[in-house]
Amino acid sequence: MKGYRLLTIIIAMFLVFTGMLLPESYAAEPIKVGVLHSLSGTMSISEVAVKDGTLMAIEEINAKGGLLGRKIVPIVEDGASDWPTFAEKAKKLIQQDKVSVVFGCWTSASRKAVLPVFEKLDHLLFYPVQYEGLEASKNIVYTGAAPNQQIMPSVTWLLKQNKKKFYLLGSDYVFPRTANLIIKAQLKAEGGALVGEEYTPLGHTEYSTVINKIKAAKPDVIYNTLNGDSNVAFFKQLKAAGITAKDMPVMSVSIAEDELRGIGADIAEGHLAAWNYFMSMSTPENKVFVENYKKRYGKDRVTDDPIEAGYFGVYLWAEAVKKAKSTDVDKVREAVKGVSFNAPEGKVSINPVNNHTSKIVQIGKVRKDGQFDILWSTGKPVEPEPFPALVSDKKVVAPGNIVKR
Amino acid sequence: MPVEIIISQIFNGLSLSSILLMIALGLSITFGIMGVINFAHGEFLMIGAYTAFILQRFFHGQDSGYYFLLSLPLAFFVSAFIGLIVERSIIRFLYGRPFEGMLATWGLSLVLQQAARNIFGANNVEVSSPAWLNGGIEFIKGVQLPYNRLFIIAIAVICIIGMYIYIYTSSSGRRMRAVMQNRDMAACMGIKTRRVDSVTFAIGCGLAGIAGSVVSLLGSIGPSTGQNYIIDAFMVVVLGGVGNLSGTIAGAIMIGAVSPFFEFVTTSSMGKVIVFALVIAFLQWRPSGLFALKTRALD
Repeated sequence: MKGYRLLTIIIAMFLVFTGMLLPESYAAEPIKVGVLHSLSGTMSISEVAVKDGTLMAIEEINAKGGLLGRKIVPIVEDGASDWPTFAEKAKKLIQQDKVSVVFGCWTSASRKAVLPVFEKLDHLLFYPVQYEGLEASKNIVYTGAAPNQQIMPSVTWLLKQNKKKFYLLGSDYVFPRTANLIIKAQLKAEGGALVGEEYTPLGHTEYSTVINKIKAAKPDVIYNTLNGDSNVAFFKQLKAAGITAKDMPVMSVSIAEDELRGIGADIAEGHLAAWNYFMSMSTPENKVFVENYKKRYGKDRVTDDPIEAGYFGVYLWAEAVKKAKSTDVDKVREAVKGVSFNAPEGKVSINPVNNHTSKIVQIGKVRKDGQFDILWSTGKPVEPEPFPALVSDKKVVAPGNIVKR
Repeated sequence: MPVEIIISQIFNGLSLSSILLMIALGLSITFGIMGVINFAHGEFLMIGAYTAFILQRFFHGQDSGYYFLLSLPLAFFVSAFIGLIVERSIIRFLYGRPFEGMLATWGLSLVLQQAARNIFGANNVEVSSPAWLNGGIEFIKGVQLPYNRLFIIAIAVICIIGMYIYIYTSSSGRRMRAVMQNRDMAACMGIKTRRVDSVTFAIGCGLAGIAGSVVSLLGSIGPSTGQNYIIDAFMVVVLGGVGNLSGTIAGAIMIGAVSPFFEFVTTSSMGKVIVFALVIAFLQWRPSGLFALKTRALD
């Protein structure tokens, strides 16, 4: 009997407390949004900063009076660099917290893990990182680059610089392998040559043999799709082996300003990277963005491409909500088609056919201070093409509707 | 294969052997002397690496970077001290019980990794190499031997010589060998075996600590840095024969020389697979490794 009494007391107290909380939350009627990134584990090195960018956008919108007169309340969850955890947390955000939208994920592996959840519960994810393409779900809005907005233009650019012989080096998982598939097809079509291809496990740190192989293959350029901390070991050991950016530049697609802090800018100096956004861009929007970011998170912090994509993704969603005058997932998904925003990198807009973002493409060279000198830019936004004709016989006719060409 | 590639591959092999050797030495003597398979050994490497990191924070802004030399003995003492605490509080209850020992030290390794994560954060940190270790010697045309790898090899050689002198000439080392060969008899002769155990374990951990501080020259370091090396170090111990200095050296040189070669002709993952397969095949032929320890104990 005693046990029952205790239980009754607990239930009573629970009711009292929730009762106390309820009126307040009803009064404000906030819009709940989910933020899902790895805040621990091997990917936290990159994802924590993207989460910060996303939260900053939310706070900025709140400071200007919120959305539809309501406050946006972010619910942050940790995916812990573990793909099943991502799926679980996505489910929790949608079903338990009843969020209106989720911003998050970094690795393609985590995106692939949450995709079935978003499709089954028919919800909406804003994904902020460049990726390998060959996907166009109606439940995901891709604010990072598609292959034709980062990888493919950078290969064409290298070939034009008379760098014909490529050595492909990547981590051993879905993104580098798919990216290299595209690059190999492109080299064949545009007159380049492949002199070597190598994959190392995620977290690999011993690159002396790989560097020897590269030396023996004598490429004009190393195309680097390594991810995470391996980059630090690779660049350090490349420099120690006496290979400089002058004899053999490395073109990277996963190294931005934030990762450079870990590698050491003096070690990576002169090497190349392809992105849509660089912190050193001189648009007025970027100046404000960088200033606010530093003010909020510290003077030594840097902004980079995925942070920026995590940031403007919130604004694109907010535009869609304003357009739909509702936070209902179906209405927002319809409204998000074609919305645009003046992001730090310039004008970005959602392609109504494939849910990817049209954005500018640029190539930068690492400076001594850890920033990039922009060597080349398309100057205007490039329309996204998630299924490059070189490697795929499919095309997107509407979000989620993919047909044979 | 052109000759300059062969030379740099041999050199890479030597530098890998040196790192493995420093880790495997400690592993081998702790198993040899107390029958404890220490799964947390890699974490002592991590402790050494973080010691170098802290020291660099402390001397921040001094570019000549001779403080890095200081980090080697410091890493030794910090790792040895933590090793001593661990031995006194956990390992001593697990003597001669390899299975419980394995589980307990594996748990300990998780605890130490999480502790590092809580103290230093989940992100890897970087120890920038001192200026005098950047660059390298052009050995012949097309072969650059990096100073930092030469430095690692030199440190490993010093460690081995030190261990030889300690084990074979000092009285403390003699006691260690006595306990290793026959614990009961050594105890009857008045050797405080418990004390020998503690000292041995601490020295083993200290060596891993030194390895940690030199590993920080090659890449970034993080809570799971030790895990990158521990499996290879176990292979060295198994291949060389447990508890045997010359065996460990031979094992380290073999693994270190062979794995870059297979990595060169195949890929990074495949190279490792081949090395594993070869070790397994070898152990079928000689189950106790290259150099079996001859004891008079009735096992």
